[in-house]
Parts: sequence; structure tokens; C-alpha cells
Amino acid sequence: MWDAFLKALLFQSGYNASLVAIGAALLGAAAGSCGTFLFLRKRALVSDALAHSTLPGICVAFIVMVLLGGTGRNLAGLLLGSAASAGLGVFVVHWLSTRTRLPEDAAIGAILSTFFGFGVVLLTVIQSMRSGYQAGLESFLLGSTAGMLFEDALLIAVGGALAVLFVLLFRRPLALTSFDPEFASTVGVRVGAMDLAMMLLAMGVVVIGLKIVGLVLIVALLVIPPVAARFWTDRVEFVMLLAGIFGGLSGYLGAAISASAPRMPTGPIIILVGAAIFVLSLVLSPRRGLVVELRRRRRAQARLLAGWPVDPQPDAASAPQACVRGHLDPSR
Amino acid sequence: MDQLAFGQNYCVDQNLRPSDCALEISGLSVTYGERPVLIDIGAQVPVGSMTAIIGPNGAGKSTLMKSSLGIVPRSAGEVRAFGEPLSRQMHRLAYVPQRASVDWDFPTRVIDVVLMGMYRELGMFGRVRPQHWEKAMACLDRVGMADYAARQIGQLSGGQQQRVFLARALAQSADLYLLDEPLAGVDAATEKAIIGVLKSLQAEGRTVICVHHDLSTVPDYFDRVLFINVRKIAEGPLETAFTPENLQLTYGGRLATAHINRLRTAV
Amino acid sequence: MGAEFVQLSLTPLLIAVLAAVACALPGNFLLLRRQALVGDAISHVVLPGIVLAFLISGTLATGPVLLGAMAAAVFAAVLIELVKRVGKVEPGAAMGVVFSSLFAAGVLLLEQTDTSGVHLDVEHALYGNLESLIWLAADGWHSLLDPAALKRMPTELFRMGAVAILIAVLTVLFWRPLKLSTFDEGFARTVGVPTLLVSFALVVVTAIAVVAAFDAVGSIIVIAMLICPPAAARLMTNRLEVQVVWSVVFAILSAVGGYVLGGYGPLWLGSEYAVSAAGMIATVSGVILLCAALWGPCRKRIGEPVAS
Repeated sequence: MWDAFLKALLFQSGYNASLVAIGAALLGAAAGSCGTFLFLRKRALVSDALAHSTLPGICVAFIVMVLLGGTGRNLAGLLLGSAASAGLGVFVVHWLSTRTRLPEDAAIGAILSTFFGFGVVLLTVIQSMRSGYQAGLESFLLGSTAGMLFEDALLIAVGGALAVLFVLLFRRPLALTSFDPEFASTVGVRVGAMDLAMMLLAMGVVVIGLKIVGLVLIVALLVIPPVAARFWTDRVEFVMLLAGIFGGLSGYLGAAISASAPRMPTGPIIILVGAAIFVLSLVLSPRRGLVVELRRRRRAQARLLAGWPVDPQPDAASAPQACVRGHLDPSR
Repeated sequence: MDQLAFGQNYCVDQNLRPSDCALEISGLSVTYGERPVLIDIGAQVPVGSMTAIIGPNGAGKSTLMKSSLGIVPRSAGEVRAFGEPLSRQMHRLAYVPQRASVDWDFPTRVIDVVLMGMYRELGMFGRVRPQHWEKAMACLDRVGMADYAARQIGQLSGGQQQRVFLARALAQSADLYLLDEPLAGVDAATEKAIIGVLKSLQAEGRTVICVHHDLSTVPDYFDRVLFINVRKIAEGPLETAFTPENLQLTYGGRLATAHINRLRTAV
Repeated sequence: MGAEFVQLSLTPLLIAVLAAVACALPGNFLLLRRQALVGDAISHVVLPGIVLAFLISGTLATGPVLLGAMAAAVFAAVLIELVKRVGKVEPGAAMGVVFSSLFAAGVLLLEQTDTSGVHLDVEHALYGNLESLIWLAADGWHSLLDPAALKRMPTELFRMGAVAILIAVLTVLFWRPLKLSTFDEGFARTVGVPTLLVSFALVVVTAIAVVAAFDAVGSIIVIAMLICPPAAARLMTNRLEVQVVWSVVFAILSAVGGYVLGGYGPLWLGSEYAVSAAGMIATVSGVILLCAALWGPCRKRIGEPVAS
């Protein structure tokens, strides 16, 4: 299995596997970086509602395309439908949590399940239609990379790249909005627009992730990389970058593993690689990891027992001004 | 007795020219659904003054600040700054919100928070140049937090966090500073430091307005007061407005006599 | 509506109603404690638990399945706490990380396991198979009095019935501690309510309801049952007692309405194929919630607008 894995890593496992690997890497990078701001804004699970709300739209798009004479296989059309119903879903979540006394988590859960339920109804309607290429539809639940076409990979790659570009461009107002929206509104940041942008980015990622990872699992790719990245840095931009890297890595490695052995569904493997990165970060991180935390506690215990002697050495953060400035300003 | 009439009786300084008024509020009301939080507030804050907004809990003091700035929607009323509609003068204001509204685990360092204050200058894409770093460090220095520039904000104590937020406001180089309970829950050293900075701002000709929680320190720190309890009860310089009668009207019930006497002699 | 109804529709309908009520009851408290998404987490997490139980025991009998699912739920809850405390991750993200990873693990396990002999695949896990829980041994209403036929009723019905009754009894029995600790946990603790125990028990009871209903309606629909009827009820009243009653009413309406529309709706529209009953139940519960949100007497937010 190792040879197969290495071959897959080096794009030598065949056309399909290589396409999947590239698409998955870009998807992961987009998901990680776009998910960062939702995570910081404490809205991580809205993406779960987004993802589950895509199902009715996919089905409606399919039905429409078939009624218009096609096979319903056109990925772009299906994704357009998914975006429409996801947009509606997120709008209803917002409406419920602002216009009624229901808290946001209840709104998310309600939309997630009812939109998905309606989508399931439509799926069974489609099954009874007996026309068009239906087998593909259920694959949007957990992803299916067999028989991935070049156009599909291209769509995912371009969509992912656009998402990453957008989030890089707007990282400053996005960061301000996530940190202190009240203050941000007083310095000219359009907080409402930024919140909407975060939603749209997440929706974009969900939509392009439907093919590889599926709607049930895409939330993992949006949430796990930022959470893992947070362990390594205290600066927003670096969290975003690192989350993108972790996400991309999960996609790439996961696709390679999945291509190197039978009965390894791509979506779940990608998520599990991401989870492994998370666990490693949780344990090993030099700032907030488990190992370091335990060591700190033991040291504190020892000092308590010794009557808490005076601070032995200052850490880098309390260095005199000149040092600090040099350390802070990357342009020096 | 009509509260509004009382308010007008105790008002002084009503005839300022618009440009002498750092902040002018008229007819401001805020309701949450059917519950009134602020009713028909009118106030004028002269340039160069240091005003305390005081009132009991739930009186709407924070809401007054937030609704003036447009953070919370108003049901009625107008707010002007330096003679113009406030929305056109936002670049001349700096707002320091209550500490609690921020996530202290957010991945950002002290210096990054101060740089946020320069967002208007930098915009979305502007490069952060050496002069920006220096200005940020200078602001941190002014509040005594220069040594902490690289720390993540969650590692600071309450007083230190408050000072960083003040530094952020300083970085905005504003003419009018609005602070929501800047001294709540901070240690004595921090309180001294913050008041020192605010007084120096006043000495520079800038205007400072604070929602303040501690009646006993009002005479030491401020030169004007604005009493709020859903409606405006009174406003004006300390000598004329900070009286036991106004205190009683604002806080309802009976304040302990000793407390009133102490405050009376302080004024 | 005679023999055919009893044979094909009675048991699924009853199971759906019992599942809906069993989920709606604990859902009321989860909603008020802002733990609505705990149901989301639990329903995703039972999959690996059930697959593991199947791997170990070789069957899908009630015992091992329940045990496996409960073990998975407890394991997930512990993991979530760990991630929250050690990792200082906020609750929503912590839940998201844990339940999506565990669900992915479950799907992987499922792929690798040979489940051809049993009713266990991912689609089933997601939206159940209510329509297949039929009572072939019946041939009319009189079969309800026929012991031989009763013995061949689908076991899911008895399982669901037992769980629903258990949950109802527990709710009534522990009403006061539940109400007190949900409204004001700090205060409840000072008057002797074991709040930690109550929290834990609530999660356990939710897990039991989820596992029992999982087989019939799948994980996603279970979330609908946990959230929508209680949420709709919340918009109808300010009193907890009344809210719980409304939630049961809405749960029954969703189950019956959903099943009928799913099974007979297409027939009325001229098609011969039924649509997913579970999906329809979720949809109807959503429609009821929408109506409550538009016209419910207590729908307006009273306090300050929530700061973003």
C-alpha cells in the first residue's frame, strides 16, 4: 500500500486520481481559509446548515434540467441550484434568529434538518421519475470522486482559487469584524457587508465541496483546519494562512490515501486526515498544546510548593522596545 | 411631576454655537420592541470638556452612547458632532466599548489591536509602514503598555486590557473620545493611568465623554455631568448640575445622607 | 381504510408518532439551554457507535445497538469537553470538530465492513426506512386482538413505545429539577438541585431517544424532531408547561401529517410512487415552525437585540 500511496502523492496513479488530488487540495485550502472567519466569529456551525440546505436546490436543479431535456448531469447547473437553496436557508436562519425569540443554534438546527428533509423528499420524487442520470445525486451526500471529469476539477479549482483570493484581499475588514464588530463599525468597516461576505464565502466553499466531500462532511473541512491552526499562532492572518495550508494538506493527503487502497471513500479520509492534524496540534503545539500546558502546570505546582520565588527570566514578550519593534514588524 | 420639565429646569449652557458643540443630541429615543430604553434625550457637550454620563443600572447610559454612534438603531432623534450630522464626522470620533464585549481568546496581539485603530488611515489594503508601527508603539507607551506589545491579549489583566483599548482609541487621533465605563473593574494604578491620559487629551483641546459608574469619583475626574435615567434628568457643569437634588431625581429613593453630604462638599 | 391500512400504514405511523414525541420532550429543555445542536452532534455520532456494535456483536439487535450508540455518545461528549477545556475552543466549533470527525470515521468503517446481511448503510443512517416497518401479519383491525399476529409486529414499535413512555415518565418525575436548572442553573445549585447530574441525564435521555428513533427516521430527521416542535411551541407561549404540551401536539401533527402527505399525497396528485415519509415529516415540522414564526402569539424577541 505504501507504493500506491507514494505514487498517488506524485500524481502517478492515473488521471482520475490526479484530478481528485488537485481538486481536493484546492478545496481544502479554500475551506480552511474561508472557514477561519466563521470560526472566529463563533458561527462555525452555520456552515452545517448551509451544507444541508443545498440538497433541495440540487434536486430542483436536476428536475428542471431533465424537464428541459437534459440528463441532469451538468455540474454547474446542479451547483447553481445548490447555491440558491443554501442562500435561502441561511437567509431563513438569519430571519428566525433576529425576528423571533429563537436563539441562533435552534435556527441552525431547524433549517438544517427541514431543508435536508425536504431535499430527501425530492430525492424520492426523482427516483420515481426514472429519467436522467440519477445515480449521481445521492453521491452529493458523502461525495464521490469516481469518474470525475476534467470540467468538474476545473470548476472546483477555479472556485477554490477565487475564494482564497477574496479572503486574502479582504482579510483586514474581515478580521476587524470578527474581533470587535461594534468598534469596527465606528472606523468605517461595513460590518453587515463583511458578515454577508463570510456567509457567501462559506456557501461558495460548500457548493464546490459537494462533489468531493459531500454535504454531510463539508462542515468538517470548514471547521477543523481553523481550529487546528489556532493552536499554532496568535495572529489572525497566520491563523487564516495556516488553516488554508492544513486544509489543503488534508485534501491532498486524503485523496492520495484514498487512491492507494480499495474501499477508502475520499470524503471521510480527507476529514480524518484533517482530524489527525487537529489532534497533533492539540497535543504538540508549543503555545497552547497539551504537552506544554501540562508542563506549565507542573512548574506552577513546583513553584507553589517552593513559596513562589521571584520570576527567574522574562520571556521574549517583555523585551525592551527596540527588540520588540524589530520582532513585530516583518518589514524590518 | 413631569420629568421632562425638571430636566429642562436643571439644564444650563443651552446656547452654544453648533461648532462649539462636540456632540449635540436632540430628541433621541430608543425602544426595544415595546420597551422604552431612552426617551427624548437632549444634550449638548461643549468642545474641550470632560463629561460623565451617570445614572443607575439599566438607565440606558451605554445605549445612549451606542445609539448616538449608530451601533444600535434609534427610534427617533438626531445626533450632530461639531455642527455636522454625526455620520459625516465619524472620522473625528474614537469609541472605546465595554471590555466584556470582546473575545479575549481571539488570536491577536496587543500591537495588532492598536493598529486596528488606524484602519481609517490604512484602509483595506494599505501597507503598514514603519511610521504606523511607531505611532502604535507611541500610543502604547502613552498608556504604559509598550512592553506588552507582542503579547496575546488574553494574557493581560483586566486593567491592562482596558489600557490597550484606550491605546487603540489614541491611535485614531480623534477630536472626540467616547468611552463606555473605562474604569469599571480596573486596579488603582490603571485608573490613575487612564485618567492621566484622558486629562492630557483634554489639555490638548479634545473632548472626552465617559459613561461612568462611580459617583464618588465624579468630582475628581470630570468637569461636566449628564444624568440619565431613561430620560435626561439634568446636565451641566459640576457646580450647577452635580447636586443632591439631581442625584436624588436620577437615582430615585433616598441616597444615604452622609453620601450626599460628602458629595456636596466635594463639589 | 381497512386491512391495507393496518398492514402497511398503522405501524409506521405509530412508530413515527412515538419517535416524534420521544424527541420533542427532551428537545424542549435542550432548546432553552441553548443546546439545540447537541442533538445534531448526537445524531451524527451514533453512526460509528452502531457500526462498532455491529462489528463486535455481529447483529443489529437492540441491546448491542443501544450500547454501542450510548458508548459513542458518551465518548463524543467527553471528547467535546476535552477539546473545549484543553484546546480552549468555543463550544460550537468543538462540537463541529468532534462530531464530524466521528461521523467520517463511521462512514469509513461502514465502507470497510460487510453489511450486506443487514439494514445498515449510509443512506439508511441519514434518512431511515420508516416505510419498511410494516406489519405483514395483520389483515385488518381485528388483528390488534390476535396474539399470533401481535407477536409478529415489528419490534421497532415496541422499542419506540417503551422509550417514549420512559421519557414521558422521566419528564414528569423530574419536572421540577429540570425546570429549575434550565431557568437558572446557579440558583438551582444553591437550593440543592444536582445540576450536573441533570445536564448529564438530559444528554443521556436525548441519546436514547435519538438511537431509538434513528432506525426509523435516520439521523437528520431526528434533529428536526428534537428542534422544530419545541421551537414552534416556544413561540406559542411563555410558560414551560404549556410549551411542552404544544411541542407534543406539534410533534404528533408533524408525524401524522408528514406520513400521510408522504404516502398518500402523491397518490392524490396522480402519481403511483410514495415519497420519503421521514423527509416529509421533517418538512411538515418545518412548515409548522414557519407558521409559528409568522403568526405565533409569543414569537417576538422581548429583550435587547442580540449583539452580533
